Amino acid sequence: MEIQESLEVRKEMAEVSTPTSLSGIQPKFETKGLKAGFGSSWVLNGIDLRIPPNRVTAVMGPSGCGKTTFVRCLNRLHELTPGAVVEGAALLDGEDIYDRNADPVAIRRRIGMVFQKPNPFPTMSIYHNVVAGLTLNGERDKKKLDHAAEQSLRGAYLWDEVRDKLANSGASLSGGQQQRLCIARALAVEPEVILMDEPCSALDPTATAKIEELIAQLKKDYTIVIVTHNLQQASRVADYTAFFYLGKLVEFDETATLFENPKEELTERYITGKFG
Amino acid sequence: MTIGDLSGKGGRRRRAFDRLMSGLIYGAVVAAIVPLVAIVGEVVIQGLPQINWEFLTALPRPPTIPGGGIFNAIEGSTIMVGLAALIAVPLGVGAGIYFSEWPESRLSFLSSFTNDVLAEFPTITLGIFVYLVVVLTTHTFSAIAGAIALSIVMIPIVARTTEESLKLVPHTLREASMALGIPRWKTVIRIVISTGKTGLATGILLSVARAAGETAPLVVTALWSVYPVTNLWGPTGSIPYLIFYYGLSPYQTWHGYAWGGAFLLVVFMLGLNLSVKLLIGRKFAGIRAEI
Repeated sequence: MEIQESLEVRKEMAEVSTPTSLSGIQPKFETKGLKAGFGSSWVLNGIDLRIPPNRVTAVMGPSGCGKTTFVRCLNRLHELTPGAVVEGAALLDGEDIYDRNADPVAIRRRIGMVFQKPNPFPTMSIYHNVVAGLTLNGERDKKKLDHAAEQSLRGAYLWDEVRDKLANSGASLSGGQQQRLCIARALAVEPEVILMDEPCSALDPTATAKIEELIAQLKKDYTIVIVTHNLQQASRVADYTAFFYLGKLVEFDETATLFENPKEELTERYITGKFG
Repeated sequence: MTIGDLSGKGGRRRRAFDRLMSGLIYGAVVAAIVPLVAIVGEVVIQGLPQINWEFLTALPRPPTIPGGGIFNAIEGSTIMVGLAALIAVPLGVGAGIYFSEWPESRLSFLSSFTNDVLAEFPTITLGIFVYLVVVLTTHTFSAIAGAIALSIVMIPIVARTTEESLKLVPHTLREASMALGIPRWKTVIRIVISTGKTGLATGILLSVARAAGETAPLVVTALWSVYPVTNLWGPTGSIPYLIFYYGLSPYQTWHGYAWGGAFLLVVFMLGLNLSVKLLIGRKFAGIRAEI
């Protein structure tokens, strides 16, 4: 009941303030009143969020708060589910990806995605998994593909483990390696943004540590948005954290500030484990 | 009395009941297998001795002259089933892809429902339909008409198995591909079909096995001929029709043709079913590796 009440309070408050350290920085992604759902029920109830470039932004919240739906809206994957609806705008470098003339296929090439469960293509070798985004879009130049495969696998810190068995099936790798293979596959198409939907939830702690290390490296070149329901993970990897609850953005701030000094009572209750 | 002690009165009753039920189940298994074994056994005993080079390459002879063979029926069946597969595989696979990958379209729902109905249709009615549409308009029984009738038997089988095997392909693979900026149609062709291809092959083989054994649609479309095929627009022989026609005749030598034909058909079906089993075995091996 109290939680419901504080949410009611939230509705009456002004929009969530952007952290002061971000003022003056052109956001990589900016959502304006983004609503999404299925049929007639909304999962996301108007999200205004400015995602800074070359930083890791965590989207955190309890199950069902809409965090996965949110990132799936950022590469227009949400609309592929039958019955899905989207309203509002999501600006990538100032251009609305939901503009009527925007091509979802071209947009998805600029935004890589890593899923909850590793999902390498089971019929393809490690090599062909990595370059799938290139070959399936018509790239035939063997030299370019070889170069992309090596660069991407190095980028995903997988090269040394697989360089001698590139022809093996992608499914032959361990879960953690498969997830890094999926990251390499996303890197190969040279995206600007990488969305990660709870990328470690199916992995053991060692594999999780490796992925988190990798995320810290990747932010030099990419803007990263990571969905997590794991508070520790958000505090370890993210520069900024957005806290979602019941389809609304409750608070958005630098991770340290949000964890140590939350402005909202709801955030504090979540962080201290009172619910969620 | 300790747990698991069956020496008491209740224990004896439970053991007796257990034996009774096990006995009934074994009995049911035997009852189900006996007819199959008996049929295959009879066909082998009667049919295998007929098989020799002449039987496979010569034409049937009048009932009083020994020797001869069923080349016309083997050739006719091969041509008609082959033509039927050429028609049914592209159409059936195409429809199956549509049912599986575009389920939200109303056309997909309607045609999927129609497909189910068609799969249950008595095949003689399909034959009569082709008789009306093809045989009457072309004024001749023909291999083409027979192939069209067989293809109508095959299409729903191919479409359904294609749909089912593509639906088994995890949704996450489609999303992984789309998220790489690969268009939907390319995702379907290069990722979904290539992952579900063993299922597709299984459906095609099963539909071929089914068509090869169909008699009713051929009776009213291809009819019969004792000559080798020289014209696809003329009456054409087939193995099922041979079994039906020669088997019902009063002549000993003709019965031999029917048994030999039945043997070839049974061997063909067992071969196809065995290949399907091998394919499926490999498919499940693949799925295990995926998980």
